[in-house]
Amino acid sequence: MHMNARNWKWPRALLAAPLLAALGGCGMVVMDPSGDVARQEADLVLWSVWLMLLIIVPVMILTVVFAWRYRASNREREADYRPDWDHSTGLELVIWSCPLLIIIALGALTWVSTHTLDPYRPLGRIAPGKPVPADQKPLEVQVVSLDWKWLFIYPEQGVATVNELVVPVDRQVRFRMTSSGVMNTFYVPAMAGMIYTMAGMETKLHAVLNKPGDYAGMSANYSGAGFSGMSFRTHAVDDAAFDRWVGKVKASGGARLDAANYLRLEQPSERVPVTYFPAVERGLFDRAVNLCVKPGTPCMSESMHGHVAAQPEAQTMPVPATGAQPSSHQSHDAHAPATGA
Amino acid sequence: MSDALTKFIFGRLTLDAIPYHEPILVATFAAVALGGIALVGAISYFKLWGYLWREWFTTVDHKRIGIMYMVLGIVMLLRGFSDAVMMRIQQSIAFNGSEGYLPAEHYDQIFTAHGVIMIFFVAMPLVTGLMNYIMPLQIGARDVSFPFLNNFSFWMTAAGAMLVMASLFVGEFARTGWLAMAPLSGLDFSPDVGVDYYIWSLQIAGVGTTLSAINLITTIVKLRAPGMTMMKMPIFCWATLVTNVLIVAAFPVLTAVLALLGLDRYLDTHFFTNTFGGNPMMYVNLIWIWGHPEVYILVMPAFGVYSEVVSTFSGKRLFGYTSMVYALIVICILSYLVWLHHFFTMGSGATVNSFFGITTMIISIPTGAKIFNWLFTMYRGRIRYELPMMWAVAFMLTFVIGGMTGVMLAIPPADFVLHNSLFLVAHFHNVIIGGVVFGMFAGINYWWPKAFGFKLDRKWGLVSFWSWVIGFWVAFAPIYVVGLMGITRRLRTFDDPSLQIWFVIAGIGAAIIAVGILAFLIQIVVSIKNREALKDVTGDPWNGRTLEWSTSSPPPDYNFAFTPVIHDLDAWADMKKRGCEVPAAGWIDIHMPRNTAAGIILAGLSAVAGFGLIWHIWWMVAGGMLGVIGTAIFHSFNYNRDYNIPAAEVAATETARLDALAARA
Repeated sequence: MHMNARNWKWPRALLAAPLLAALGGCGMVVMDPSGDVARQEADLVLWSVWLMLLIIVPVMILTVVFAWRYRASNREREADYRPDWDHSTGLELVIWSCPLLIIIALGALTWVSTHTLDPYRPLGRIAPGKPVPADQKPLEVQVVSLDWKWLFIYPEQGVATVNELVVPVDRQVRFRMTSSGVMNTFYVPAMAGMIYTMAGMETKLHAVLNKPGDYAGMSANYSGAGFSGMSFRTHAVDDAAFDRWVGKVKASGGARLDAANYLRLEQPSERVPVTYFPAVERGLFDRAVNLCVKPGTPCMSESMHGHVAAQPEAQTMPVPATGAQPSSHQSHDAHAPATGA
Repeated sequence: MSDALTKFIFGRLTLDAIPYHEPILVATFAAVALGGIALVGAISYFKLWGYLWREWFTTVDHKRIGIMYMVLGIVMLLRGFSDAVMMRIQQSIAFNGSEGYLPAEHYDQIFTAHGVIMIFFVAMPLVTGLMNYIMPLQIGARDVSFPFLNNFSFWMTAAGAMLVMASLFVGEFARTGWLAMAPLSGLDFSPDVGVDYYIWSLQIAGVGTTLSAINLITTIVKLRAPGMTMMKMPIFCWATLVTNVLIVAAFPVLTAVLALLGLDRYLDTHFFTNTFGGNPMMYVNLIWIWGHPEVYILVMPAFGVYSEVVSTFSGKRLFGYTSMVYALIVICILSYLVWLHHFFTMGSGATVNSFFGITTMIISIPTGAKIFNWLFTMYRGRIRYELPMMWAVAFMLTFVIGGMTGVMLAIPPADFVLHNSLFLVAHFHNVIIGGVVFGMFAGINYWWPKAFGFKLDRKWGLVSFWSWVIGFWVAFAPIYVVGLMGITRRLRTFDDPSLQIWFVIAGIGAAIIAVGILAFLIQIVVSIKNREALKDVTGDPWNGRTLEWSTSSPPPDYNFAFTPVIHDLDAWADMKKRGCEVPAAGWIDIHMPRNTAAGIILAGLSAVAGFGLIWHIWWMVAGGMLGVIGTAIFHSFNYNRDYNIPAAEVAATETARLDALAARA
């Protein structure tokens, strides 16, 4: 294959431009995030792009070169014409094995990274070269997507908020998530990738924010009329500021988040301003997962005749008998199974 | 009239269902009504009803049915594209606290309808139409195996499209996204008729799609010309075979999942509800078990088109035919093993996610091999840049980028940050426009002279080509960018004003694509006007390689006066090389299927029953369904289903063609 320099500069420049823009940041929060998990996910995006460019770039160059060189009006190449040439074992080997090699590399990368970055798995590090301190307990935040706002419950602190998430910088956060009705995804692009929230099920996400700041959060899965306004601000602050914030919520004088207030909150509403609840009824989240906040409603764990399993993880909040983590297929504590069964 | 009686007659259909208070819809309705009246008036004035009924609506000729599919696809493209333009305008202006011009209940219907229409009623009719028209000609057959079924399949697809269109003016369409995901699509969250329109239009169209696939598979298996072994079959026919195998395997899943959703909505079952043992994740799994093969159903016929086009216009045999065939088969099988990649973010375990991520990447190996095969078909060729070839090259350069972003999305942790974002939206438009739509334009420009006996105008074709290619990149490059900015799909309003510029650029891209669509329509009109100048009497305007180019353009009803005998993969190129003479004598009677109105009547009654089901008008449902059964029974007693074209008539047709060819020489 004779390639001349004139032909191949142009497409590569075209390709590299968006990549460089991405690398440069310029508002691309997905490529330039502030949390270690999202950082690793962005690196994976870049790695996969570079690996694939190994084959995409030559293909695009060859396309342009062949398209130009073998045009019918090019008299110079008339002698090259081989109308019956349709097979070459050597070439076939190359064109099947080149993509295969790239995919083997990408497949290995996928296997390793999918396990390392499994959202259910507690973090292995806070930041590059910075392991999770042995004495650091993850901050637990319970997330409920409601039509069309986000409820965040802090069981250790005993407070809850609507549409405002505050987390300490460099502290692992364990999100336990569910939905009151339709599916949403919980997504803070600067922090970590998104995970669905689903009614009657619990999903999990482990993440950390490494830089103080004010970040966008949202539902990324269409959930009905108020979906566009279903966003919230995420603040990463230092430990002291976090404690001050908890104090502020406690002193806010708002209502206690009990079953009655939860049921009121659950009613569809749009663009709800930030709301603070200085106290939270015990076990509310588990009843939200089991769709039995309303007094008298049987919890899914019971109505499904699931075998009540031993608590898989230490709970920070005592769970009433009705809200025990079931192993029935309705209320997944661990990974929601792919088949839903 | 008592309430009970009104309810009996009209179900839940009331005057409120007519959106006379929505200026946009009223204007649309006025335009559609005026256009419709003009069309009906023109047909009546030129006394074309009889002609249309006898020659088109009741036809069982695969060629005419193919053309009707294409017309349906192009008409619906205008609707689907209007939806796209409305979304682009909304997203360009809804900043700084502006709500834009579309309220949520309208905007949400638009993006749902856009997806449903573009996939089911644009892309599907276009690929089915091409397969219907071309495949029997390429294998030397007189028609498909079940000609009546073919007509019925078309009308069922058209009936589904009609119901979707009806939702524009009577009631509303679904506000759920194009896959109507549970539990949002359940009664608890979508009690209105929108989802019912969705269910019944897709169920009715789905019958047509499935039956058409059975028909085309049978045709390929049973009706190939003597000598055409499977491995001497043109690659487009292989693409057709594999595509239709996928349809037969995948569409019943869609039918089943929509039937279950229907049961939830009509009989209060709990398959996909949050409570009482329902499982919405099951819906997500099932719909994607159909949904992922569906994208290959769309793109593989386009791959077939590119293979034919690249080989013809490079003046070469297709490089690596055997590996192309195996690539198609491998893609077909693998496309069933990847569905979970649409919801890595639902929290499946790392091992499950990795498995589906890796199977997804493996698909890129045969796809990549196909790209290389097209490349090496061009290598040492004499490439003529007619319009179809230009589309093919544009496809190769565009599609590889879409493929690359697709593999990025196949890596679960990368998908966590790209899923449901506008990056994903840009990706699938990149492969569907760059793959399917470009392929359809290549196919239309390539086979138009076969269907109508004259080429399409080059100048307007170039305008259309460049507008589409440039418009696509201007429209979707910004969508990729905002996706990386963490902006998600289906948003109606935006908080961050700095994003506006990207959406404005995307809107400009859509406007450029609009020029491309307009130029395509002008191209057709101009070509029809200049048909004498663009005429092709040879039947082989491109120096083609496969059998469809051996017959006249347009082909006679019976396609081939004598069934050809095949000795080579490129059968027609082989015949030309060996100097085969066109037979000039020995004509015999040709046995042909007779036209029938049963297809359009059955589909019409199905649409009536569907409309009744949507509005809970039970007498209408009963009437429609009994009508369907009655018509089917009645039709089964119709023994007048075939006729013979007498040898003399064949002789006259063929002699006229031979004379025209001689006059040209």
